[in-house]
Amino acid sequence: MPARIGVVTFPGSLDDRDAQRAVRLAGAEPVHLWHGDADLHDVDAVVLPGGFSYGDYLRCGAIARFAQVMRTIVEQADNGLPVLGICNGFQVLCESHLLPGALTRNANLHFVNRDQRLRIETADTLWTSGFDTGQEIVVPVKNGEGCYVADEATLDELQRTGRIIATYVGGNPNGSTRDIAGISNERGNVVGLMPHPEHAVEDLTGPSTDGLTFFTSVLKSLVNA
Amino acid sequence: MPAVKIVVDVMLKPEILDPQGQAVANALPSLGFEPARSLRIGKHVELELEAADEQAALEQAQTMAEKLLANPVIEDYSVRLG
Repeated sequence: MPARIGVVTFPGSLDDRDAQRAVRLAGAEPVHLWHGDADLHDVDAVVLPGGFSYGDYLRCGAIARFAQVMRTIVEQADNGLPVLGICNGFQVLCESHLLPGALTRNANLHFVNRDQRLRIETADTLWTSGFDTGQEIVVPVKNGEGCYVADEATLDELQRTGRIIATYVGGNPNGSTRDIAGISNERGNVVGLMPHPEHAVEDLTGPSTDGLTFFTSVLKSLVNA
Repeated sequence: MPAVKIVVDVMLKPEILDPQGQAVANALPSLGFEPARSLRIGKHVELELEAADEQAALEQAQTMAEKLLANPVIEDYSVRLG
């Protein structure tokens, strides 16, 4: 039986279909999870996709955090459930306090949409284990509020403990502190990433197929578990 | 129970970059104004709460601000009677 990876759809999610497709291409069974459903339907991992959940009202991710499905995800993430938040999903993870810090308006106010070079800073998370530390990849970035901020002590802690998982290379698209593109929790099962690996899984539509490795990484850990 | 009017103001912390405020500040000189020494943009929330008294309403609003209306990582807030 293939592993089951849930993809949550909030009102306003945009990239849930692409995330499901990436999961399928990686060799897992994508499971559609609805925001109002407290049950995770026995999935082995969860992806929170990009988009504009609840219209990004108040703050990006602020209202999604209180969705039924998020209460269960927060509970199970604390028990080790692998969770990947992409773009808006990263914002939801910060608002849910599964990850520290916050994502604010891009420094230049522009919505940036381009192919972006990233450096994978650690292969020690469930979602990056298939990369080599220091490997450079190219995936699309597209956000208006992707500027990662946290207080200096938190940033130092993230750096010291190897929890900055990816940084921007060749130009920081949003003014993110210390060029941070993605971080993980202490345990390495929860990862937030501003750029979009699910848009870089096929030659026909992506700038590379580098993004697929995030999904195959978690699969490998599920098989080994 | 009586309705109590409450105002919650939410501002980005001083150390957090406010590109929206900067953009608006940069637009002022084009209207002939002297450049503003600083300009920051926040949110103003007006609430009407049913509560036993003003103090109870203020306490309720305080909790709402902490949990949802503001993100204490990046924002400061103040709660007052409206």
